[in-house]
Amino acid sequence: MNEAQKHLEVQYDDPEQQEKTAVTGIWIFLSTEILFFGGLFVAYIVYRSTYPAQFSLGVSLTDHLLGSMDAAILLASSFTMVMGLRAIQLGRQKALIGLLLLTIILGLSFLSLKGLEYHEHIVDHLLPGRDFNQSLPRQVELFFVFYFLMTGLHAVHMTVGIGLLTVMTIMAWKRKFSAQYYNPIEVCGLYWSFVDIVWIWLYPLFYVIHWKG
Amino acid sequence: MAAILPKKTYWIVWIVLELLLGAIYGLSRISMGPGDVIIPLFLAAIETLLVLLYFMHVRFSEQLIWIIVVAGFLWLAVFVDLTMSDYLTRGYVWWLGISH
Repeated sequence: MNEAQKHLEVQYDDPEQQEKTAVTGIWIFLSTEILFFGGLFVAYIVYRSTYPAQFSLGVSLTDHLLGSMDAAILLASSFTMVMGLRAIQLGRQKALIGLLLLTIILGLSFLSLKGLEYHEHIVDHLLPGRDFNQSLPRQVELFFVFYFLMTGLHAVHMTVGIGLLTVMTIMAWKRKFSAQYYNPIEVCGLYWSFVDIVWIWLYPLFYVIHWKG
Repeated sequence: MAAILPKKTYWIVWIVLELLLGAIYGLSRISMGPGDVIIPLFLAAIETLLVLLYFMHVRFSEQLIWIIVVAGFLWLAVFVDLTMSDYLTRGYVWWLGISH
């Protein structure tokens, strides 16, 4: 039996239906991720429109260079991920492994830069709480609550993604995928690109937009 | 199975994405009035569309996927719309035409 048939679960008529189900399933999950992050984005928008000057001050205190590098790295990782998917669609096992590893490395670079940023902020007394710089308006502390919450939640998603990609790399190394069967790669790729889209919106909101109201 | 796109398509989309990022970064250095808010968000929306349509293959997917994607973002649009129309009109006494 061919590769796809080997992985066919009992509830499916054929491999195409299994693949369509997997893709539909991950998209339903990603819709719930829109709900998840959407709530935080709307809360941010409400407070930003209420305290535009203070939130703008908050934006000027984030590290624009590191944020931009993060964005560039993530866009590249979405590229390497989808190239990995394309590789296995064409049956290229080694290319898949290489591109998965590259995606993981880019993801880890992102997390390292994030860690560097957080460290900077903590040293500069920008972590909300007792140690927060008292000479700044209170609403700037609120800005940083959103900053740490939303970028932190995003970083958790990145970590989960890197975990998934590691599992994918091990499975790929064990030759579990082929041109006829690559559903897990497709599903992880969609998750990864979605987490990239979240950063595409976090970036302008926390690093770019200066608007005094 | 899923659509197989040519390498060139992915390369072009990636380079355009990085150029858009560069544009957001570059434009942030100049003051554009209301454009300060609108332009970065607009460029982010284009980046999102490119990632959705090409990297996530939505352009080459069946209608069921389109419906799920559109439903998700439409929900978010309604959420922002109704929430902001509440907050932006609070404290407004209509028959006096002033905020109290």
